[in-house]
Amino acid sequence: MGKTLLQKVWDLHTVRQLPTGQTQLFIGLHLVHEVTTPQAFDELRARGWTVARPDRTFATTDHIIPTKTRQRPFLDVMAEDMLASLERNVRDFGIRFAGLDDDRQGIVHVIGPELGLTQPGMTIACGDSHTSTHGAFGAVAFGIGTSQVRDVLASQCLAMEPLKVRRIRLSGTLAKGVYAKDVVLTIIQRLGVRGGTGYAYEYAGDAIERMSMDERMTICNMSIEGGARVGYVNPDETTFEYIKGRPFAPSGEAFERAKTWWRSMATDRDASFDDDVEMRAEELTPIVTWGVNPGQSIGIDGRVPSPESSGSDKQAVTDALDYMGLRPGQPIAGMKVDVAFIGSCTNSRLSDLREAARIVRGHRVAPHVKALVVPGSVAVSRAAEQEGIAEIFRAAGFEWRGAGCSMCLGMNPDKLEGNQVCAASSNRNFKGRQGSPTGRTLLMSPAMVAAAALAGEVTDVRKVVN
Amino acid sequence: MQTITSVSGRGVPVRGNDIDTDRIMPARFLRAITFDGLEKHVFEDDRKGGGTHPYNRHPFDVSSFQGASILVVNANFGCGSSREHAPQGLQRWGINAVVGESFAEIFFGNSVMIGLPCVTASPEDVRKLQDLIEKSPDTDVRVDLVAGTLVAGDLRMNVSIPPNVRDALVTGAWDTTGLLLDRYEEVETASKRLPYVSGF
Repeated sequence: MGKTLLQKVWDLHTVRQLPTGQTQLFIGLHLVHEVTTPQAFDELRARGWTVARPDRTFATTDHIIPTKTRQRPFLDVMAEDMLASLERNVRDFGIRFAGLDDDRQGIVHVIGPELGLTQPGMTIACGDSHTSTHGAFGAVAFGIGTSQVRDVLASQCLAMEPLKVRRIRLSGTLAKGVYAKDVVLTIIQRLGVRGGTGYAYEYAGDAIERMSMDERMTICNMSIEGGARVGYVNPDETTFEYIKGRPFAPSGEAFERAKTWWRSMATDRDASFDDDVEMRAEELTPIVTWGVNPGQSIGIDGRVPSPESSGSDKQAVTDALDYMGLRPGQPIAGMKVDVAFIGSCTNSRLSDLREAARIVRGHRVAPHVKALVVPGSVAVSRAAEQEGIAEIFRAAGFEWRGAGCSMCLGMNPDKLEGNQVCAASSNRNFKGRQGSPTGRTLLMSPAMVAAAALAGEVTDVRKVVN
Repeated sequence: MQTITSVSGRGVPVRGNDIDTDRIMPARFLRAITFDGLEKHVFEDDRKGGGTHPYNRHPFDVSSFQGASILVVNANFGCGSSREHAPQGLQRWGINAVVGESFAEIFFGNSVMIGLPCVTASPEDVRKLQDLIEKSPDTDVRVDLVAGTLVAGDLRMNVSIPPNVRDALVTGAWDTTGLLLDRYEEVETASKRLPYVSGF
């Protein structure tokens, strides 16, 4: 009987079975940022511990940094305090750091892959739930809390419970105007926001195999929104081609040896799965969320549900419609938007910006819309400048900002105000998520956000994309 | 090492499925380098918006629930962000155990790591418990992790927690760092068999 990638990585990284029955797993790469780590470093100091493997740890700053100006000290004293604390911690503990003035800085889940730190067959941990992104490379990547960050800093290990594997196979070809974001939003809609609890999601099938690494990252990124802590795609030539030549990638003969090993870590043909789901790409349409969790979504042609037709979800639907200011049965197309946000660890990579720019080129943002593009990293930003993409956005009336998490979660000055409606390429439409307690988020693909910014309302990107 | 075999106290119900950690602890309160004071901001935005409780206030603002230590929730509690600030805030507010239909995985793990047990019960039992506490907030609730039972007044129900987690809590091994460092030479050995650690 063959094994899944998850089983292979798990077995290879098992240090021992703990007396608690959990598995002690070695962590191959620990990514660190400013929000979820200061308390962990303080505990290390209090207990007299060091960082076990600074050579397998890499830090950057992304959540709290302002995107308009990077001038220090930040106007927000708490944000300044957090960055200063991280700077002190990486210095004291000897951790590699892509800081504010470093060309490698960016959202942690954008720069890990970009720098070639993220590789197939690894275990990866980071104090951020979207760590599942790195699974796109065939790594097993866990989002963890601060106490677990302390565990990894001190021991380079985690105490973990085993996971089941659900294979989700997508076959066929996506229609024009339908993107990886629509694939993952559809998966979450069908399997539910709790459906993945206890599972790792293996994304497979010819439609996934034809996807670029950026697209695969978008899908793995939102695994956690479906309840699955881990999501992955088996590594293949697309993966190897992406990694080749990156700063932390093996080079020369080592790269060839690495490829052989990476290939061997992919799920075996005769592996069995705890669950299997099949989907047809042709059936998918652009998706928009209408509610307050990422599973509450409909196709762009659809109408928001009514509580009466929602069975046991009646209360949740009533509550969500009330918060969003929507009428039961209202079409989602045509809903007015106040803000358009292209960014976040889900959709801020160069290919996302290219596709959105294709929609925007030669048009203007609707007068009542505040539109901003926040590239995922300094590298993405520079490449977009060089390609002329940044200028396309600026000419259309978008604000072109510096790299960071920005308005995905509003920990920096980029927040919604009052009950503004935001068309967002990010990952969460929770109540208050974008920094205003009454702000409203509509999740969609970056191309759909671009189309909404121009039209001033939710609109079908298939009508404008060619 | 602190062992946790049972938790007793009054209960506080927070109804609704899929209550995410952004709602439990909005991101703006993560802008700090310690967990101190988080108890002041638990459910802050939900509390401003009132609630579905008969008193039309969020349960955390209802006077009869002040001092409660057992939180009773519905399905998929703690979904979304991995922020440990959510269970840290609840614990600092005074919550010592959470009873629910189900929990999101990361929230569950984060809670155990700080000695905050999360136990599950059937949807019907959870609703009965929430109804009872709303009607009689003074009811003493006792969660016995070893026996796997919950008793509240005349109400008695089975509660579950994965055996590994229960053992960790009742033996005081829920703080894992010490355990992981215990035989560090084995970590070195394990890392050496990984091709990417040795540079291929």
